[in-house]
Amino acid sequence: MSVASTDNAINTGRITRAFIYLMLILFATFYLLPFGIMVINSVKPLSEITGGNMMALPQVFTLEPWLKAWNSAQIGVEPTGLKPYFWNSLKMVFPAVAISTVLGALNGYVLTKWRFKGDTILFGLMLFACFIPFQIVLIPMARVLGFLGIAGSTPGLVLVHVVYGLGFTTLYFRNYYQVFPTELIRAAQIDGAGFFRIFWRIMLPSSGPIIVVSVIWQFTNIWNDFLFGASFADLDSQPMTVALNNLVSSSTGVKEYNVHFAGAILAALPTLLVYIVAGRYFVRGLMAGSVKG
Amino acid sequence: MVDQTTSSVAMAADYQAPTAVKPDLRTRLQNLIPKLVLSPSLALILVFVYGFIIFSVYLSFTGSRILPVYDWVGLENYEKLFRLRHWSIAIKNLGIFAGLYIAICTAIGLSLAIFLDQKIRGEGFLRPIFLYPMALSFIVTGTAWKWFLDPGIGLEHTMHLWGWESFEFDWIKNRDFAIYTVVIAAVWQTSGFVMAMFLAGLRGIDNEILKAAQIDGASNWNMYRRIIIPQLRPAFLSAFVILSHLAIKSYDLVVALTGGGPGRATEVPATFMYSYTFTRNQMGIGASSAVIMLMTIAAIMVPYLYAELREKK
Repeated sequence: MSVASTDNAINTGRITRAFIYLMLILFATFYLLPFGIMVINSVKPLSEITGGNMMALPQVFTLEPWLKAWNSAQIGVEPTGLKPYFWNSLKMVFPAVAISTVLGALNGYVLTKWRFKGDTILFGLMLFACFIPFQIVLIPMARVLGFLGIAGSTPGLVLVHVVYGLGFTTLYFRNYYQVFPTELIRAAQIDGAGFFRIFWRIMLPSSGPIIVVSVIWQFTNIWNDFLFGASFADLDSQPMTVALNNLVSSSTGVKEYNVHFAGAILAALPTLLVYIVAGRYFVRGLMAGSVKG
Repeated sequence: MVDQTTSSVAMAADYQAPTAVKPDLRTRLQNLIPKLVLSPSLALILVFVYGFIIFSVYLSFTGSRILPVYDWVGLENYEKLFRLRHWSIAIKNLGIFAGLYIAICTAIGLSLAIFLDQKIRGEGFLRPIFLYPMALSFIVTGTAWKWFLDPGIGLEHTMHLWGWESFEFDWIKNRDFAIYTVVIAAVWQTSGFVMAMFLAGLRGIDNEILKAAQIDGASNWNMYRRIIIPQLRPAFLSAFVILSHLAIKSYDLVVALTGGGPGRATEVPATFMYSYTFTRNQMGIGASSAVIMLMTIAAIMVPYLYAELREKK
């Protein structure tokens, strides 16, 4: 998909082209508007939001809402701001991404270069696991996490995210390694290299791009997860998305929209940054997620 | 403890490759390593996915309420489930939501892809704008849209301030229209992704055929209708599968945007399952609703994955 040229034999007239540009700009506005307005309104004092026009630029610029969202906003019962939850998310995301990517790489390597009877069925089973509605595992998972003594903790969430991310990471590495020349592996084997040596010396050094894809995909998915966080986390392990939802939907007191917006942007920032820095790989992961590699 | 289950699975697959010469111990060990490496992941998946599915299915046939109990009640939960008005609302909402969501995303995605494929200046600038919502959490999307659509301070209010006094857009507060606001927000989030899928498909089409058709005097419209769009069949299929499974799983967005309200106006199966299981303590019914969701997704995903994996051989 990335190698194909942008050359297209279709030619369009001037009026058609004008129409196309108009539509593209309209849609760009549609995609930018809700988030952009949120950004603008996150630096306004509350009175300007409730009394004024959401499209207007701030008359008084203030970072107060951002500081409040980060440090002191009421989340649930505690006025802690989103800060501790931001760290909770990070503490959950890093190990989960690392473990699922390493396992995915090994699985992909086995499933393409050390094939055995029935491996496609096993892969199919792993792949289907990505698409199940997670409602089907919520009840038993709650009990098993309790049984293992990691209910409501960050390690518990890491386990959950590793398990349900494995299918995708395996898919990425499998599709990537599938086109890797098997003759190289055979040659190395004849030279006496074993399973791990081949993986370490031959496969890994050429896996850069797919590692990036896998890491970005897992990072985005796990950071953005809400269902597992809402179901299995305690106060001291709740991720950012759950805290944001608590902040925004708390019904007590005045609705401080500007603080909500700042909070929402804070929650979006890590994945947006990743997208801006490595958007190409993000798109590649998305596309591979529709199975066709 | 889990390792044992799968090494036996791996062993079961071990009888292939019967070699004429009996391999020595070292070779046999080498042959075992790949399966050993695969086994932890496989054990996790077998237990946490398939074991759990079996457990949930079993629960759906029991009278479990606040905690699992193991008395067999047959199909009682399913009968109750389909008599619940709450559930029929959820199903109807999912129908409306999934239908519109898939149709609109596909239409927008395909149009944008075709537009972008016309040697557009600034494509590299526009494409990321169309796609960035996909990187956001549904909770963030829900927060942004909840406020944007709020008639008191959002779009309606702004239009009034701009002098369009009669402008009315209160869908999010309106029982009959709230579900459509979920469609709007969901389309906003994923239509760029569908665009990317179609664009990849368009870029893969052989230009020679198009040039030949052009020489034969085919109009642009006919080329798209007769040659290009039919060739995008795989992209349509992928888009349909991905979008329908996203639609059935939709939970976060509904929670953040409407919380299932006003009233129960935007209840969907995913929120139904959660509230019956964890807040209303009707675990048996909650489990049976999860089973229905799983079966719906399986009906779409299993044939698709089967076809995809077969093709690759």
